[in-house]
Amino acid sequence: MVANPGTRSTGSNVAGFARTFWKKQGQNIMLPLIGVFVFLLIWQLLSSTGITRLPGPISLVTEQRTRELLLYPFYDLGGLDKGLFWQTMYSLARVAKGYTAAAVVGIGLGILVGTNQTINKAVDPIFQFLRMIAPLAWVPISLIALQNVQQAAVFVIFITAVWPILINTTVGVQQIPQDYKNVARVLQISPRKYFFKVLIPSALPYIFTGLRIAIGLAWLAIIAAEIVMSGVIGIGFFIWNAYQNNYVSEVILAVFYIGAVGLLLDRAMAYLQQLILPEEQR
Amino acid sequence: MEMLKQVETRPLATSQQRQSQSFLEIANVSKVYPTAKGFYPVLQDVNLSVKEGEFICLIGHSGCGKTTLLNMVSGFNQPTEGTVQLRGKPITNPGPDRMVVFQGYALLPWLTAFENVYLAVDSVHPKKLEAEKRAIVREHLAMVGLADASDKKPPQLSGGMKQRVAIARALSIRPKVLILDEPFGALDAITKEELQEELLKIWNDHRCTVLMITHDIDEALFLADRLVMMTNGPAATIGEVMEIPFPRPRDRTQIMEDPEYYDLRNHALDFLYRRFAHDDTE
Ligand SMILES: Nc1ncnc2c1ncn2[C@@H]1O[C@H](COP(=O)(O)OP(=O)(O)OP(=O)(O)O)[C@@H](O)[C@H]1O
Ligand SMILES: [Mg+2]
Repeated sequence: MVANPGTRSTGSNVAGFARTFWKKQGQNIMLPLIGVFVFLLIWQLLSSTGITRLPGPISLVTEQRTRELLLYPFYDLGGLDKGLFWQTMYSLARVAKGYTAAAVVGIGLGILVGTNQTINKAVDPIFQFLRMIAPLAWVPISLIALQNVQQAAVFVIFITAVWPILINTTVGVQQIPQDYKNVARVLQISPRKYFFKVLIPSALPYIFTGLRIAIGLAWLAIIAAEIVMSGVIGIGFFIWNAYQNNYVSEVILAVFYIGAVGLLLDRAMAYLQQLILPEEQR
Repeated sequence: MEMLKQVETRPLATSQQRQSQSFLEIANVSKVYPTAKGFYPVLQDVNLSVKEGEFICLIGHSGCGKTTLLNMVSGFNQPTEGTVQLRGKPITNPGPDRMVVFQGYALLPWLTAFENVYLAVDSVHPKKLEAEKRAIVREHLAMVGLADASDKKPPQLSGGMKQRVAIARALSIRPKVLILDEPFGALDAITKEELQEELLKIWNDHRCTVLMITHDIDEALFLADRLVMMTNGPAATIGEVMEIPFPRPRDRTQIMEDPEYYDLRNHALDFLYRRFAHDDTE
């Protein structure tokens, strides 16, 4: 039992760390894994017993078409015939455009409406009304208004994503504590300084809440929009196309992509929020 | 600056001589708030004349209208009737010549102690050199004993430290009138006494006019030249003004040994708890 005490202590430290980590996080890792496994198992059982016509998750690997899609996400044979990576990217690019526009307009307008009670009273009913309209209902309207499928798709994203940003920003600006406003008034702070030192930092948590809700909605909307706007490259139209051709497992695979991307977008926003928002405001 | 020069040229003048007549004039002031149940008269026929450089404490039961009265000096509020004039000019809006230390500190939580004070200095003296402004900030943070904590943000500061920052911010812009709304109410007894002594020392050096709301008779007796006692609302007014004759600089233990201290104290207690006892059934 004459081991190097140094190594032994670090060795037991690592093991100790692993043990405490597992004690703390083990359940957090194991339970979701078990949940997913059971879910997939039930699904597979339902489809193999014939209760549902939907193919089970195993079909993603057994079917040749989906196996190829799984293995070659980056292929590009021109036109609509592209791998799922590119389909997703086209959809994401549309989301990026519409979402950016929504953020700019939503934050800008939200600040204006939040600081001006008169404008707020005038436009609030319109906003409350418009935000109730589902993304799909905007599709025909935007197609008629814009005539161009690409632009119309971006517009649908924009109009879906703008409301939570706008409304949260408005509330954020209205919620600026009276104390801060009073300080600004006594000191006669310039409007520019008030904007950057008081208004924006104070409303920032609300703005981020809006942005985070909006990114999820934007992603939901793009799928809906693409399904209706036939002939565009994108994961939404890919689903529709696969359905038309009765490639059911392709539909399932695309749905996995959509879910994963949505989750990533939400996580990315949460990360950004954590990065930018000062600790004391979270 | 003018005021400071005067002080410098006559360093031996007593406080009586230094105070010119009718610096701040509150004349026949009434304040009526419109409420759901009709008009609510908070203040009625308030008259007070404050000399330059005077230290005034305001005492009265909760809700009698102390904040309302001082808000008319700071300019956040206008009297319904009567006038509030500073050097013969009616007060119409808040300004840095009448700086306020707010009831809840009102520090911006996303700025460090230094930045909070800097914002004030920078707003009031936009044309000063950056280095000069920074020096002013450092000087005032050091004055309240916070040189080491200047990079901390308010959530990392204790209540007493926050109040010190608020006082440093208020003094850094050299107001003609300093208005403090129950500045030490939320602090423990020891911190409170420390801050009272610091405030008194700073006031001795800078001699701005101070209006301070308090609930603490001993605090008022230690700090003030005159104690203004208010009757109960609605339609509250100044019931009595008590001269506090202790010579300055004051020493807490010394004045507490003075038999007159207890006469004054009992007189104030009598006013507050017998003649104008708070009606709890209200
Ligand atoms: N904007 C307002 N509208 C209607 N009533 C008000 C308004 N502001 C204050 N009041 C009423 O005026 C009265 C005096 O309020 P004020 O804040 O001046 O009291 P205070 O003496 O400072 O009390 P405290 O010691 O608790 O701070 C209270 O009864 C309050 O309800
Ligand atoms: Mg008050």
